Amino acid sequence: VSRRYFASEADLKKTALYDFHVAHGGKMVPFAGWSMPIQYKDSIMDSTVNCRENGSLFDVAHMCGLSLKGKDCVPFLETLVVADVAGLAPGTGSLTVFTNEKGGAIDDSVITKVTDEHIYLVVNAGCRDKDLAHIEEHMKAFKSKGGDVSWHIHDERSLLALQGPLAAPVLQHLTKEDLSKLYFGNFQILDINGSTCFLTRTGYTGEDGFEISVPDEHAVDLAKAILEKSEGKVRLTGLGARDSLRLEAGLCLYGNDMEQHISPVEAGLTWAIGKRRRAEGGFLGADVILQQLKDGPTIRRVGFFSSGPPARSHSEVHDESGNKIGEITSGGFSPNLKKNIAMGYVKSGQHKTGTKVKILVRGKPYEGSITKMPFVATKYYKPT
Amino acid sequence: SSVLEGLKYANSHEWVKHEGSVATIGITDHAQDHLGEVVFVELPEANSSVSKEKSFGAVESVKATSEILSPISGEVIEVNTKLTESPGLINSSPYEDGWMIKVKPSSPAELEALMGPKEYTKFCEEEDAAH
Repeated sequence: VSRRYFASEADLKKTALYDFHVAHGGKMVPFAGWSMPIQYKDSIMDSTVNCRENGSLFDVAHMCGLSLKGKDCVPFLETLVVADVAGLAPGTGSLTVFTNEKGGAIDDSVITKVTDEHIYLVVNAGCRDKDLAHIEEHMKAFKSKGGDVSWHIHDERSLLALQGPLAAPVLQHLTKEDLSKLYFGNFQILDINGSTCFLTRTGYTGEDGFEISVPDEHAVDLAKAILEKSEGKVRLTGLGARDSLRLEAGLCLYGNDMEQHISPVEAGLTWAIGKRRRAEGGFLGADVILQQLKDGPTIRRVGFFSSGPPARSHSEVHDESGNKIGEITSGGFSPNLKKNIAMGYVKSGQHKTGTKVKILVRGKPYEGSITKMPFVATKYYKPT
Repeated sequence: SSVLEGLKYANSHEWVKHEGSVATIGITDHAQDHLGEVVFVELPEANSSVSKEKSFGAVESVKATSEILSPISGEVIEVNTKLTESPGLINSSPYEDGWMIKVKPSSPAELEALMGPKEYTKFCEEEDAAH
């Protein structure tokens, strides 16, 4: 069995929870320049299933949180992302995409309007340097024309993701605020377990749950409190299971399913382009994106089921006659469904649900079919 | 993870049990422990040949694919077809029910170059300590 060799451990950054992970049997691996737990004592399979049955606690502090402030922070951000930021109610967030001049995705991000003069957002760990340079460059230009905007990078805070059916009941024990009034996509600054946290009801698993930004010095205490309150049912969960969960939920991984040459329209994220933005544009690459909205994209992201070995990134997708029609961008074995799932891009016109395909793994074709996503139904907490 | 007496081991974490003119090959307990749950195994056909240190198949876990390297050269005379339906046997019984292929070695001397159980145990400890 061949083994991959990793970058030097000494060069990797550590989150505030690093020692906590190691003490709890975390298997640490390099991820986006950080030493992160891919798994604990629980297997990846068990962790994935347990998240949907009970709950999971993830350290996602390697992701980058920042605030944009100022009278013009909303119009500024709207030049960079496809979301209708102005249309968000205060205390509300949304998934959005930072675009480049060609309409491709620089990164995806969850942005939250705290007030009309304060936006809180989280960007992917692997895109941090690129994103911050991009924002800074455009901020300089914006300010030089008289715009009022500034930023703060929350490197003094940790980010925890508490996901699954027990997330809300467990977290409710740790705060006086009534969490039943905080719906999917909502944001609040509040006291949790004795420290001031930024709380967003969101996640990357398809489950109900929260992302909690907590001061570094309180991160371990909060993690311990969450695990204790759940009496062992909420389990520490690593990046391996997180990747399986987001795939089951049909969510993109930047670097696999989204890249600089793929637009939000191609990625199936047209819903994230606000209605007003579709009419007005005003973001980088708007001309390309609005054209794709009008004409339809040439490729589309779809889900797949397959037989035989799991189809992984870069596996070719062929039609039943052996013509290449697309490529897998993410895939694996679904612990909850007990079958192979994948996502990828196929030519428009060949994307219909139910279409039979062949997926090539190590040169051999295996039966597959195109399916809608999510593979596992989402359970976001929404007003009834 | 367990290491059995009477077997030979490769530094790519396969084991060999040599009995008479037949060598049985699988992956070690250490290997399956690192892989996690096996969800699919790809093995060669009977009557094909395998070469020392060359890939003869692949093991798929939830997260990754790993090649299986043959510790010796020879002709495949039998394949464990139970693994098609029950790849988890590799996790639950790596040295018995989870065996992969039986080979008629073309060069029995290759077996001498493989590690014994004590040497392999030490090799695993050193490898884990290095990562």
